[in-house]
Parts: sequence; C-alpha cells; structure tokens
Amino acid sequence: MNLRIDRQTCWLVGGVLALLVVSSLIGWALSLRVSGEPGRATVQNLNARIRAWWMMVAVFGLALATGGIGSVVLFGLTSFLALREFITLTPTRPGDHRTLFWVFFVIVPLQYYLIAVKWYGLYSILIPIYAFLFIPIRSAVAGDCANFLERTAKIQWALMVCVYCLSYVPALLSLQIAGYEGQDAKLMFYLVLVAQISDVMQYVWGKTLGRHKIAPTVSPNKTWEGLIGGVASATLIGAGLWWATPFSPLQSAGMSFVITLMGFGGGLVMSAIKRDRGVKDYGSLIQGHGGVLDRIDSLCFAAPVFFHLTSYYFE
Amino acid sequence: MMKSLFVAVARFVCGVRARWVGCTPDARQRVYFANHTSNLDALVVWASLPPFVRDLTRPVAARDYWIKNRLRRYLAHDVFNAVLIERRRPTARDNPLTDMLGALGDRHSLIIFPEGGRHDGGGLAPFKGGLFHLAKDRPDVEFVPVLIENMNRILPKGEFLPVPLLGGVSFGAPLKLETGEVKAAFLARAEKAVGSLQPS
Repeated sequence: MNLRIDRQTCWLVGGVLALLVVSSLIGWALSLRVSGEPGRATVQNLNARIRAWWMMVAVFGLALATGGIGSVVLFGLTSFLALREFITLTPTRPGDHRTLFWVFFVIVPLQYYLIAVKWYGLYSILIPIYAFLFIPIRSAVAGDCANFLERTAKIQWALMVCVYCLSYVPALLSLQIAGYEGQDAKLMFYLVLVAQISDVMQYVWGKTLGRHKIAPTVSPNKTWEGLIGGVASATLIGAGLWWATPFSPLQSAGMSFVITLMGFGGGLVMSAIKRDRGVKDYGSLIQGHGGVLDRIDSLCFAAPVFFHLTSYYFE
Repeated sequence: MMKSLFVAVARFVCGVRARWVGCTPDARQRVYFANHTSNLDALVVWASLPPFVRDLTRPVAARDYWIKNRLRRYLAHDVFNAVLIERRRPTARDNPLTDMLGALGDRHSLIIFPEGGRHDGGGLAPFKGGLFHLAKDRPDVEFVPVLIENMNRILPKGEFLPVPLLGGVSFGAPLKLETGEVKAAFLARAEKAVGSLQPS
C-alpha cells in the first residue's frame, strides 16, 4: 500500500493540531475560572478528554504515517479491545468458551488480514455469512442449550459492531476512485474527523444549550439541542473539508450529514445496551472517555454506510 | 525481567483492573484471601499489586499442580516465588499451616484461596479453617479480602486456552481476629467480606 502524504494531508493534520491547541487553551482557561463542585468536575472531565484526544490523534497520525498497513493494525487492535469490552459486559456461559476463542483469535485477525490484502469480495461477507453461521454451530457442538439463541445473537452482534463495522474504516483504503488514486488515506481521515467532531459538537451543544431530552430512558445526555447543533456544525465543517475528498462541497455536506446521523444512532444504540447492563461506560482505558467502545460507537455505525455510499457513487 | 514480562502478559490477557476499595497498596504484612475460580487467579492477584508490594507477596498454591512439569516448577519458583503446600494428605510434618507461617516470616505477605479448590460460578464455597489458624497465630498481620471477577470466564475449569475478557480484582477493608472470636464466626465474617465486594 503506498499512500501519498500530500499538501492536503498536511493541512488536515495541521488543522487537527491547531484545534487541539485551541481546545487545550480553552480547557486551561476554564479550569482557572470555574467555581463550585459540579462545574469543577465537568471541567476536569473535559480536560481529561482533551488530553486523551492528544493521545488518540498521535496514535492515529502514526498509523497514517506508516501507510496503509499501520491503519489496518491500529483498527484491528481497536476492534480487539472493543470486542473484549463488549463480551465482558455480556453474560456468556462456559459453553461459549471455545466459540469465543475462535472469535477473538481467528475471526478478528482474518477479517483484518482480508482488509490488508483488499479482498473486498470476502471481507464484506466473512462475518455476516461465515462467522454468523459458524458461531451457533460451534456453540451447539459444545452442547449447552440454555439461552442458546440469546447467547448466539449477543456474540454475533458483538462481532458485527466491534469488528465488521469498524473494519470498514481501513477498508476505505481499498477504494479505487478515478482521479483520487493513492489518496484514500485522506478519505479515512475525513470519516474519522467528521464522526469525532460530530460527537464533540453534540457534547458541546448539549452541555451549553441542552434542554429537551431525546430518549431520557436511554441517555440523559442526548438532547435535541445537542443533536441539531452537533449535526449542523459537523456537517458544515465536513462540507468545508471537501477539498481533501473526491466530493464537491455539496456532496461533502451530504456525506457529513449521513456520517453525523449514523454516528448519533450508534451512540444511542450503544447507550441502550449499557443502560440495560447497568453500567455507564464500557471500560476505563481512555481517560475521561470511558472505554474504547465508548469512543468509537459512532464511528462503527457511520463507517459501513459511508464506505458503501462512496463506493456506489464515486468508484 | 521475566517477572515484568509475566506481569505485562497477565495484565493484557486478563485486562486486570485493580480496585482498592477498603485499603491502599502497602508493604506491611498482609494475607490476601480471595475467591477461587480459575488457575489464573493467583497470577492476576499477584500481577495487580504494585511492584513494591508484589516483590514481598507470595501466592500460596497446590504443590501437586505446580510441580507437574518443568514450566510450572519454573514459574512457581523463579517467577512468582510461590509457597507450595500439600493439599491432599497433610501430615504433622507436611502441614500447610506450618509452611504458610514459615513463608510469612517477618516481612512477606501471602495470597491464599481459603475455598480450597476452584469453584465455578454461583457464590463462594465455605472457607477452610486454615485462614482462622493463620489469623490466630499472627494477630499482627492484616487479612485483606479480595474478590476476583470474570476469571472463570477467561479461563474456566477444564479449559487451557484463555479468552481475553476484562477481569477485575477488588481489595476490601482488612480484617483482624477479634479477641475471643471463634472459628466459625471469623470464617463467616471473612466470607461475607469477600462477597460484599461485588459491585452492585
């Protein structure tokens, strides 16, 4: 995989770094001004999030700099960590042990291997066909019938969200777009940036103006003000990044709109699962954000849709 | 070197998160007593201690299991510095209690599993009396309840390949034998202390 690091990539990276510097300064200013216990806790959490962002941007930047293979490895590891968070939270039985071993150590590496060799015909069906049929077969062989359908569905859904959907991010590197050869890394950057900015913007709008809750039983933090403000601002920012993509400004706005909406849906669905299991976060690996899965839930839902829209209209 | 490698592997495979609920890491002499569901239990409790405590802490383990082959012997002696005890046929000469008291000495701490064997799922098995006798002989030592979670899912009984889920190790408030406290009462209190570490 040879990916060019061109001037546009430098602009993208520079822009993100500038954004981080500005947010760190704002976080610092807020920490000086804030008073009162709840406010201080919010600002502390905000600053922990910003510090974690520096870390995540550094890791992602490093993966991009190594060309395609680094990104495949990075997302493969992310899938692995997300999957372990998901399965930990999901009650399984001893009869699932060997099935889970296959899932973690065969299916996950195989999926990302197929992404690395750009075998679209197989990576797009490995999990929804072969893994989905293999999982119940292996569990049935183990012989435990209690809650069989439920257990199978949980493992399948974990694979779907944490592995299959997320693997569509590095899969962008296998797209062949006329006039955009060798530049797919920017497309990957674009997707991750818009999805994450949408999360941040929904958080900011929600924290400042949020009044009307969308689904209070699922997530008390998701408000209409946050959603509309977040989607609108992230769509605008995404439209403004059209120069790094094969899209026109209007097309870029449309793509960003879809990414932000799918991202919102992903966050909501993953919150519903957490709420059902009685936890607030999937893990504690990323300071201020919770677990890996808490950070990538929106990306998981947005990636396959973005991939297929781009492939259908532009490839 | 091998030690830190093992700790790193154990922490990665078992995703161990240590929660210090009732006490903080300390080099003072302690007996950590935990529930037992998996062969990895001793390793994860030991690995979740900070290095300055870990160096002083010795897991107590079944001799018959740990001398079976060269790798196990190597791990028990050179990596974990384990105290190997006879669990099948204790005799006056081969008394686990004497071995544990000897291993404690005047600076070491121990990790023990008072349920005796591994128990799958569903609550704790009744604790064996050794814990009480240790507490009686060493009133100066703190007895710290430890709850190990999810290890039976990472490596259930009878399996040999671990699945890398996130395990948890919680450390509770230290117990001491109260004056005049009888064996049954102390053991019941100890069992309750481990059970109550379950996060709601």
